Amino acid sequence: MAPVLEVQNLHRSYPGVEAVRGVSFQVGEGRCFGLLGPNGAGKTTTVEIMEGILPPSAGLVRYRGQPIGTAFRAQAGIQFQSTALQDFLTVRETLELFARLYPSHVDLDELIAVCSLQSVVDRDVRRISGGQRQRVLLAIALVNDPAVLFLDEPTTGLDPQARRNFWDLVREIKARRKTIILTTHYMDEAYHLCDEIAIMDHGRIIAQGPPVQLLEEHFRDTVLVLPRADFTIDPQALPYQVLFSGDMVEISVADVDEAIRALATARVSFSRLRIRPRNLEDLFLELTGKELRA
Amino acid sequence: MIRRTLAVLHARNLEFLRDRSSLGWNILLPVLLVFGLAFVFSGPDKPLYRVGVLTSGAPLDDAQHPFLDTRYVGFFNAGDEADAIWKLEHHRMDILLDLRDPARYWINEDSPQSYIVEKLLLQSDPGGFARETVTGRRIRYVDWLLPGILAMNMMFSCLFGVGYVVVRYRKSGFLKRLRATPLLSIEFIVAQVLSRLMLIIVITSFVFLGTTTLLATPMAGSYLDLLVVAVLGAVSMIALGLLVAARVSSEELAGGILNMITWPMMLISGVWFSMEGAHPLMQRAAQALPLTRLLEAARAIMLDGATLADVRADVAVLALMSAAFLALGAALFKWRLD
Repeated sequence: MAPVLEVQNLHRSYPGVEAVRGVSFQVGEGRCFGLLGPNGAGKTTTVEIMEGILPPSAGLVRYRGQPIGTAFRAQAGIQFQSTALQDFLTVRETLELFARLYPSHVDLDELIAVCSLQSVVDRDVRRISGGQRQRVLLAIALVNDPAVLFLDEPTTGLDPQARRNFWDLVREIKARRKTIILTTHYMDEAYHLCDEIAIMDHGRIIAQGPPVQLLEEHFRDTVLVLPRADFTIDPQALPYQVLFSGDMVEISVADVDEAIRALATARVSFSRLRIRPRNLEDLFLELTGKELRA
Repeated sequence: MIRRTLAVLHARNLEFLRDRSSLGWNILLPVLLVFGLAFVFSGPDKPLYRVGVLTSGAPLDDAQHPFLDTRYVGFFNAGDEADAIWKLEHHRMDILLDLRDPARYWINEDSPQSYIVEKLLLQSDPGGFARETVTGRRIRYVDWLLPGILAMNMMFSCLFGVGYVVVRYRKSGFLKRLRATPLLSIEFIVAQVLSRLMLIIVITSFVFLGTTTLLATPMAGSYLDLLVVAVLGAVSMIALGLLVAARVSSEELAGGILNMITWPMMLISGVWFSMEGAHPLMQRAAQALPLTRLLEAARAIMLDGATLADVRADVAVLALMSAAFLALGAALFKWRLD
């Protein structure tokens, strides 16, 4: 299947810094593609070039085979990381404003229902909560029924419940065959929403693929997690990699059964033992040597 | 408490000092204003009153009459008699002195300045001149001043109301969000112009109708012509505000530039007093300001019954300014912060 978006060897320089250094990837129709990386990795710059609001220093972005131009704006929906809205307008008036900027738009009542904005539709946009505001911004991004939806750090600053609600909303949108480009530094968000991810660092993609595949490629172990207080043996005595992290101890093991037996022999208490698979946070740490949100 | 206050004070000072453009304007603006105002209002024996003098053709000389030696009164050759009387009627001079035979002077009985200069003249030469008053329709100072006040209010509303708002939109990221839609910069700019234009024309019309009714101000010309001139004047100043805001991202810098534009207009466009008798360079500079053109056309229509054809030069200049400012503003317009 031909890709909806093709990014070819993008470069973007600012005085004294090269923010994007030769980024290339493709996104298929109806897929959710995640760009992950710490602050300053170049993901927002990459996305803004893809959105057509920032010119690249070199490279090309194609939409359905054609270089993106101003016409692409009618096909794209964008939720910026932070956006000010016009003061003194209600949620409905704000949506009406943006709807009129496009050649065609979705039914606003339906959009309001999809984004669960019925209770605040007549409220001033300055007087809604953070979660409601993110849903308004998402509704604005969807107002033109876009083929491609860009979500830039959409859940930053939201509480866990609001984040989960937002994820449900994104899944609904994805079910409608919209192509989604998601930038985030929440690994669980990328894991749950994205079909494919690219991890960026220092302006380059350092790993790319479906999240599960990437984890399988890089890790063959599982992590046993214990409170430090329960880990009463000398870590040198175990044939495993042991990592002390705060009050917890993480033991990286290839064979869980064998590791459990070894720990039982050493009389380690299992009452608070947790077994977790490797996740994208681990992958990022493995690839870059640093914490994602450091 | 002092420690916290000092911490905030220090942070604000750093912010101010590191915003180079704002800091530069904070230094440059008063310097420019001081030198500008010094040029306009200082100089030896800067006249407080303006006296037009009719002569038989000889250049003005103190020896022609002792009154011409009076300090703080500016004397200038008034040229044609009819034209000079028209200027006196329109408060463009305070008294008209005729040194030809028979010696006489004209005053505008509605002008307080005329009254004072007449006292000075009579003290200098009691009984030497025959007294005349301007004839025809009387124009009070308030009739002359009203268009100035309304135009000045339009100027502030157009320049600050548009320039500041656009800078705020840019700083907050709202412009960046609009940039992500199919909206073109010219469409955004036209919308801003029309919004402010409608607002300012409606408000000014209400104030105009209210004050002219209360003050019984004359309206010699056509209301439609006046509306056309007001619209053109407003568009030119809104476009100027948009041009200022086209690239600026700091409210302080925008404020500095807008002050730099509004102050000279307020002082030399003839809002409060006529520039008749001012330095020719200053008069020429004033002609390059949209407020001057708006005011001259509006006063001509209101006080003299001029038509659009009569004020076509002002109309053409305002239209050209509007087009140039809008084109430049659209070309330079920047949606996002650097």
